[in-house]
Amino acid sequence: MYKPGPLALVLAAFVAIFLLLPLFAVVPVSFTPARFLTMPSGNWSLRHYQALVDNPAWLQATLLSVRIASLSATISTALALAFSLGLWMYRPWIASILIGFVLMPMVAPPVVSAITLYFFLTSLSRLNGLVGYDTTLGVALAHSVMIVPFAVVLIMVALAQVDRRIDLAARGFGAGVFQRIFKVIVPNIRFGLLTAFFLAFVLSWEEIGVTLFITSVNAVTLPRMMWMGLRDNIDPAIAAISVVLIVVVIAVILGKTAITAMAAKRQ
Amino acid sequence: MRDILKPALLVGPLLLFLAAAYVVPFLGVLSWSFTLPEPGLHNYANALTDELILSVFLRTFRICLFVTVFAVIAAYAIALVWVRGTPAQRLAAEVCILIPFWISVLTRAFGWVALLSNRGLINTWLTQLGVISEPLTLVRNEFGVILGMTHFLVPFAVFPIASAMRSLDERVLLAARGMGASRARTFWQVFLPMTAPGVLGAAIIVFVFSLGFFITPAILGGGRSVMAAELIYLRIFQSPNWGLGAAISVLMMVVVGLLLGLLMRYARPKSMLS
Repeated sequence: MYKPGPLALVLAAFVAIFLLLPLFAVVPVSFTPARFLTMPSGNWSLRHYQALVDNPAWLQATLLSVRIASLSATISTALALAFSLGLWMYRPWIASILIGFVLMPMVAPPVVSAITLYFFLTSLSRLNGLVGYDTTLGVALAHSVMIVPFAVVLIMVALAQVDRRIDLAARGFGAGVFQRIFKVIVPNIRFGLLTAFFLAFVLSWEEIGVTLFITSVNAVTLPRMMWMGLRDNIDPAIAAISVVLIVVVIAVILGKTAITAMAAKRQ
Repeated sequence: MRDILKPALLVGPLLLFLAAAYVVPFLGVLSWSFTLPEPGLHNYANALTDELILSVFLRTFRICLFVTVFAVIAAYAIALVWVRGTPAQRLAAEVCILIPFWISVLTRAFGWVALLSNRGLINTWLTQLGVISEPLTLVRNEFGVILGMTHFLVPFAVFPIASAMRSLDERVLLAARGMGASRARTFWQVFLPMTAPGVLGAAIIVFVFSLGFFITPAILGGGRSVMAAELIYLRIFQSPNWGLGAAISVLMMVVVGLLLGLLMRYARPKSMLS
């Protein structure tokens, strides 16, 4: 039992096909000349890609998603960093309870978080017009709640690998809390911090479950716009935007895999 | 007093943020469930006796069970190759796991629509080959929902299983083989039982995730096989009964809480995170 046998390999190959097939099925559909979802028969067309460029709503939705993702990734990474540093440096006895508390939005069913955040933002809307239901800042706050647990997990993992003795040495030489954090600890977890920010950004960028509950016509993010085209009569422009998104993800993953493989070879 | 000030300044902001944006609003949702449209327990009584709602619960439970079994078996097979295959097999498995993992739930559900719908890839091929004359109904039913949800959850099941496989002591397998056990027997009596905590962890994670799922069922179920989470959405936005929607949310939270309690107790989540 050192290597998987032929049966396991065949089964795994089926699983691999199962995992990739729906992603490739989108490609031919996106080139259909028809106005509805169908396979192109003979003549292929780029009209749905043209529609992505021509309809300014797609660009607006993309820009809004980028703005919201940057904002919520910044908020959640900052809050998660401070929280994780507090636990790492002072090791309070209630640490595990506090971690359990902040991981709640990650383990609760998304739909329960969605209705909870809907309650939160509609209550805020009664107090002001800037941060609330169906506003950019409201969505950014709600996304921050949803993604902060992931940032906490990644930053805690990064901190767990820091050698405590370097922090002790800095302390011994008279560094204050501020210096210990920004000159010693943060530089040592910069990759973990970057990964946390990146994951938070991606999670907010593609968030739809909560977004559906807390937006209607003003804060239309890219996933929200795709959802509208997916519900009833399926717009083939959704296929075109899906192909674009899939290509980006595959390019990033293959690029990263290639770089890691080359780095491994060089050693 | 000063000893507590600095840690409180670091830990405090996130705790306050979540208390204000999550805990207090959840208490608000809880109060909806007891007060809307009028005070009392009728929303819970309704949710637990109404035949339509009970049929939704039953369907949710059935779909989640199927999805859990399929996703865990699929994840086990590909995790085995990812952890113990040749370098080329490992790389291929890793790419196949990571690509769907990073693609959004909407795009993936749409991929199944493109594959399974009446004018989609499979029906077009089968018609051209002359296998069928009428398109098969593969989507907008429970079959489509189960496929789509399994597809979404396989990567999440892979991680705990792969981590259990990685931490397994190679020497135990060598010992089993050395004592004369066949490959198959080594797998069924040593390898599988020793990775069982990972399998259990994966099963609970998949089941919990699938309970609260509603994007994939909403797109692939086409409004016909409504699941509990979509029912909440409908009760909040389409035929509003906020009290009932809130009560179903609270019930779902309780079930998930119990399941996670099981996970903590039996599947050693700490070893799975690393």
